[in-house]
Amino acid sequence: MRYAETGYTLEVDLSRGNIERVETDPKLVELHLGGQGIAAKILWDRVPADVEPFSPENLLIFSAGLLHGTPVPGANRTAVNTFSPQTNLLAHSLMGGFFGPELKYAGYDRIVISGKAPDLVYLWIYNDKVEIRDATHLRGKGVHETTRLIREELREPDAQVAAIGLAGENRVYTASIEHGFASAARGPGPVMGDKRLKAIAVRGTKEIHVAKPAELFEVCIQLRDKIGESKDVGDWMAVDEDDSFHHNNFAWGNARTRIKDYWSEELQERWTRWKYDNMDRQKGCYNCSKRCINVINYKGRRFGYKCYGKDTYHMAAFKELDFTYEILPFAMDYGVDSYSTPQIIAFAIELYNAGILTDNELPDFPSDSGERTFYLLEKIVHREGIGDTLANGVYWAALQIGKGAEAYDHNTTKKFEQLPIKLGKLNPPYFLMIATAEKMAITQIEGSFPQDPIADLEAREAFIEKWRVVVPDEKFLHWFREWEKRNEISNEASCAITDWNEAMHFLDDSTGLCGFLSSFRGQFGGGVVYHINNLPNIISLAAGIEFDKDKLWKVFQRNRNLVRALNVRRGMRRVDEKPPEDHWAVRDHEFEQKLLDDYYEFKGWTKDGIPTKETLDQLDLGYVSEDFIRRGILTGDEGAPHKGSVTDKGEFETAGGAESER
Amino acid sequence: MKGESVRKKVRRINVNLDKCNGCRACELVCSAFHARPKYSSINPARSRIRVVTDEINDEYVPIRATNYTKAACDGRRVYTVNDKKYSECSFCGSICPVRKLFKDPDSRLPLKCDLCEDDPPQAEPLCVKACSLGALTYEEFEDEVPEEVKPDEVELGLKALADKYGAQKLADTFARISQKE
Repeated sequence: MRYAETGYTLEVDLSRGNIERVETDPKLVELHLGGQGIAAKILWDRVPADVEPFSPENLLIFSAGLLHGTPVPGANRTAVNTFSPQTNLLAHSLMGGFFGPELKYAGYDRIVISGKAPDLVYLWIYNDKVEIRDATHLRGKGVHETTRLIREELREPDAQVAAIGLAGENRVYTASIEHGFASAARGPGPVMGDKRLKAIAVRGTKEIHVAKPAELFEVCIQLRDKIGESKDVGDWMAVDEDDSFHHNNFAWGNARTRIKDYWSEELQERWTRWKYDNMDRQKGCYNCSKRCINVINYKGRRFGYKCYGKDTYHMAAFKELDFTYEILPFAMDYGVDSYSTPQIIAFAIELYNAGILTDNELPDFPSDSGERTFYLLEKIVHREGIGDTLANGVYWAALQIGKGAEAYDHNTTKKFEQLPIKLGKLNPPYFLMIATAEKMAITQIEGSFPQDPIADLEAREAFIEKWRVVVPDEKFLHWFREWEKRNEISNEASCAITDWNEAMHFLDDSTGLCGFLSSFRGQFGGGVVYHINNLPNIISLAAGIEFDKDKLWKVFQRNRNLVRALNVRRGMRRVDEKPPEDHWAVRDHEFEQKLLDDYYEFKGWTKDGIPTKETLDQLDLGYVSEDFIRRGILTGDEGAPHKGSVTDKGEFETAGGAESER
Repeated sequence: MKGESVRKKVRRINVNLDKCNGCRACELVCSAFHARPKYSSINPARSRIRVVTDEINDEYVPIRATNYTKAACDGRRVYTVNDKKYSECSFCGSICPVRKLFKDPDSRLPLKCDLCEDDPPQAEPLCVKACSLGALTYEEFEDEVPEEVKPDEVELGLKALADKYGAQKLADTFARISQKE
């Protein structure tokens, strides 16, 4: 019997209409766990490096996490992977909700979609019965209506639906896949549209088994209570009405303008009233007692948001919260990512103000920034006129528009819109995370080690006290205790911190656990419920495969290097690894490049950011190193493997190694 | 004949719809608890509590399986609560022929909530234990109920005969039988 996983992949070829239920190799769980980990392996094996994202040969993979469907609370984030048309690299995308667990109950760990349907279809999965159904009657429909219509025509109110809106159908690069009030962004939306797959509906009524049921159940009852009670997990932004953090620190418009004293009591009171006067509920995802999603019913339109998603539109348009409430239901129903899309819109407004875009491209362009935002959203999702260019994201649009537009593309890395953060002095671990991450969003990398030192000594010690149990090694406590100024931290610490931050995200991506309970949340409060010290036992009890800390860490390294290998094979190199030029005001090229050298060395990568043969071989990725040598990407004698396990005791450099920078 | 009234223990699950976040942990633990052996499998479709969900309508109603019913009602009542429309089925725990809820997905046999009867007894039903938000709460209280009086078997039989043949015929027959003996 297979534990935690179902042991089956659903293979759907939309070109031929072929559907297969394929048994998987149990060894894959031990090597990659599941979720994005196994998806990366499938993409490596089956999508050659020269396959274009909009090719029938590109795969679109919906993966449940290894722990989905088990009693482990908060395991509900579905990974969606493919190659992104915007970046030509691996699309890393996650959505919360109920989809992954339902897929497991239907008897599948993942759906691998290949080919391209002749016309719009949707996929209906009811246990062993799987159908590709006509969706031409759903063309152009919003995601909520699509969901409702599919449930009605199938007579399955319990079906979980993931759908694209008009933006996805039109292959807008920032199109998202929407599921309830969750959405999968950063790449898979336009690929789903390209495959002419409007939606996937799934209903499952089968069993999931775990290896040590009674023991795991006991552990989970305690975890569930802890999650319910603790203020250190979940999205505190759903309940804390003081949002000075984003509004005073993040940049408005096209990631340009900081308004350091924007927040005020009077504003907070007004916004709080707007929210609670229009809020139905704070809701959660599958098997999690948190209430991270604010469900708002504004002027008769119901939508849900979490985290910074409530700010992006009004900050791009220099408006207030009510503007986000106006536009968000439309944007979500069209299915566009609310992080990158507002930046494209603000970028276009800047181009207009600079005279690069004119009334020729933007006929009847309104004067109010809010109306302009609506105008541009419509153009983009319909790919109409200049919208057809803007729908390719800021990087490509700037190149296609020309006439100096390139200078307005100042906030992308690897062709992808970054969070609009413009700061003063460099934060070295953040330099590494933004430069080397392939997940395109800092929130998908940061999280275990705090962003800033805590100045107050008592508060610092109180944080450390809670945090102590979650750190992989004492050295992190030491580094944090000694950390006084944001930009003063040793390269050794910066490398290890970035590594740990990544590790937790890569584990979440494969187990399906939510970052608000683990990888993203430790930096705020310190007391996460899932961490490298308790995950091995939880995974062992569920999957029946013995894991300890080192073995689990190695899974992270394996998955991390496999993801990097996928992108290296598609051409990504050191030259691509740079944060936006103006992310920090004070930059020191020499220091940054030395830090990058050190990090590559720490990771066991070459000076060009390519995993060495030794690194790959040590992680059972010999097939990758062979491929690299065959292609001439590696020669095979690039030097030493990575520095090994997280508990390695290197010499502590004193904090302040970067002092010479100032 | 009238019975005395007696005090009896009543066990009840209270549902606060405003507190439900729709996470369906209650379904998950119910299916685990009722698996044989206990906790050996998870399958919310086997749960005896289900959260009737329609996120577009902001509807999250945990209902538990009550009685098996052979015939469906017309189900035509629509309730409006806080401007949201609910079908009466959203609140109904009947194991009913017109819906899939509360039937074993393989055998189609009804699944009825037993408030997690167990030996030794659980402190509270598992769905309540899993609901950290307090949408489900458990209550035990004493209630005054009329004592059930078991009718005398002979009396019951005679009453049935009297109903069928009339008191006079019964009396005549009884007299005749008595004389013969």
